[in-house]
Amino acid sequence: MNQPNSDTDVRQCTPVSRPTGTTFTRGLGIAALVGIGWLVVFGMFISPNDRVQKKGVRIMYIHVPSAWLAYLAFIVTGIASAAYLFKRTRSLTWDRIAGASAEVGVLFMGITLVSGSLWGRISWGTYWTWDARLTTTAFLFVTYIGYLAVRDLGGTHQQRATRSAIMALLAVLEVPLVHFSVKWWRPLHQQETVAEGKLNGLMLFSLFVGIIAFTLLYVWLVLHRQRVLAMQDLVDDRGLDVALAERRAEGAQV
Amino acid sequence: MDPVVHLEGVVAVMGGFPVLAGADLTVEQGEIVLLRGPNGAGKTSLLRLCAGLLPVERGAARVLGCDLAADRTSVRNRVGLLGHANGLYADLTVRDNVTFWGATVGASGDEIAASLARMGLDGRLATVRVGRLSAGQRRRTALACLVARRAELWLLDEPHAGLDAAGRDELDATLREAASAGATVMVASHELERAGALATRVVDVVGGRVRPREEAS
Amino acid sequence: MTAWKIARLVAAKDLRIEARSRVVTNQVLPFAALVMVMFAFALDNDDVLTRVAPGLVWLATMFSMLVLVQRAFAVETADGALDALQVAGVRPGGIFLGKAMALAAELAALEAVLLLGAIVLYKAQLRGPGVPLLLATFVAATIGLSFVGTLYGGLAAGAKGRETLLPLLMLPVVAPVLIGATRATEAALGTNGASPSEGWPWIGLLTLFAALFGVGGTLAFGSLIDE
Repeated sequence: MNQPNSDTDVRQCTPVSRPTGTTFTRGLGIAALVGIGWLVVFGMFISPNDRVQKKGVRIMYIHVPSAWLAYLAFIVTGIASAAYLFKRTRSLTWDRIAGASAEVGVLFMGITLVSGSLWGRISWGTYWTWDARLTTTAFLFVTYIGYLAVRDLGGTHQQRATRSAIMALLAVLEVPLVHFSVKWWRPLHQQETVAEGKLNGLMLFSLFVGIIAFTLLYVWLVLHRQRVLAMQDLVDDRGLDVALAERRAEGAQV
Repeated sequence: MDPVVHLEGVVAVMGGFPVLAGADLTVEQGEIVLLRGPNGAGKTSLLRLCAGLLPVERGAARVLGCDLAADRTSVRNRVGLLGHANGLYADLTVRDNVTFWGATVGASGDEIAASLARMGLDGRLATVRVGRLSAGQRRRTALACLVARRAELWLLDEPHAGLDAAGRDELDATLREAASAGATVMVASHELERAGALATRVVDVVGGRVRPREEAS
Repeated sequence: MTAWKIARLVAAKDLRIEARSRVVTNQVLPFAALVMVMFAFALDNDDVLTRVAPGLVWLATMFSMLVLVQRAFAVETADGALDALQVAGVRPGGIFLGKAMALAAELAALEAVLLLGAIVLYKAQLRGPGVPLLLATFVAATIGLSFVGTLYGGLAAGAKGRETLLPLLMLPVVAPVLIGATRATEAALGTNGASPSEGWPWIGLLTLFAALFGVGGTLAFGSLIDE
């Protein structure tokens, strides 16, 4: 970051404004678009209907990749939080990655829950069931919302980073507890077996395409969002320089 | 001798606002320094920073040999801060409060009794709940807690406010005693005459910065 | 001073405050009893109430705990005592353990009242064989809840004016305790034909939960109350 030469320079600083795209992300974005296009083609048209669920099975092509992405985002947030807390790897970039990943994760966790709920309604007549996976996903969704609220609590960038990282790690450690408590609570779950059986080759392939496409999308989103967060932090710091200049001027007049 | 407090170009931020905009200050052991300045100048923030409560955003800050920019928790336990709030538990009695705060440094029963006596709080007042006391009495209780904690650096924010004349005399005597016993004292105050008589040095705080002025008597 | 000594000091202080102010006995316990009555109004069926009594006990515990935690930290932030504790260099792990111990004592009193309410209002039945399980459940759950409450209470307190954050953060986190404690209590009381032997695996879960938040809280508390 360029340090201003004097207090008057700061007031003439242009606001931070630069695109967050690089050649890499552009390539990535195109690949993601292509992947999603492929997914649409395969998922909506080429892959066959399920014998039992007919067209309803196509929700799977959104639901499963979303779920994969949501869990990936969650794991990345956990790893990034741990990386921030370790002194040797401490860097605000990890904190921003954790935050960006959480934002993307919340979105896709919401999509997972909604699409799963609709799929359940179409296929088995119920919007919801209390099995371990669904309930843990719902738990993670709410926990994420809490995490994002904690990120907004204010303070220095470092305080935000430490606080959020602790929250994220506690959430990670708690997931097995939640998962097992729900699993023991409702041990029988028929729908699980139905969902996993009877996928033919083409359907599996489409699913595979979907997962790849969504992963590319995830990386693209997180990279951009992380850069925007970095710029926001930069703006805060610049804002500080302006405020400092004004405060010093006020002092000089006395 | 290393100075007790050494601040160089210290910037501190609260809610995005630079409460300290480049403060420079050096305080030697045994000094009683008066911080004076208008409201909003940064006196409170300066004291809180020295107590390790406010993070150092920029600049160098060494207090009692501890680098506050690196780890501001390191100076705690050796510093006593009397801020705008009293740090008391309203439901407990005066004696309970002083005993608790003294116990955090392992003070003995005698030391605690002495602290109470020092601030004129032994006797009937000791058994009154803090919530029922007047503002001035609460201030004296907070001071007694400070005395019980035997800090090396005393940071006091408007300590005279709310005290009656007798209380203020007590306070001044306590501070002089502490300084002659080896502690260092920094007082932010609007009571310019009284604090000026007490202080060994007067320092102006304006616009988040410090302007050292003349030596007071 | 060791963390343990600090913990005892802080716990004694908190309990003394409660003894003097009687906020828990005069406000929180009646609130809990009121919640139990309101469940009865809403559910309006004696058989149902008896069957869900264990769940209602723990639900009422969770909701009352929010109030207890807020009270525990309101005491600290009212006059800047939390700041003063930090400046005093008191070890945060010790503060955490001390406040958790005091909170556990208050929770235990709360749960006793709720259990009594369940027996009286919902006709829950306490049988001999279930008593050890019931005691183990209450101990394990209470310890876990007190750790979680202290940890998140500290976070909400350290960030001024964000008490509204506390329910959002804490209730999802205590979900395993709600599930586990309820199932174990059902087993202990023989609700729905459950037998005490089915309850013991849940005690393992509750203990794991308590251990996780005990260790995590002791380590993390200092960073969270730092403003």
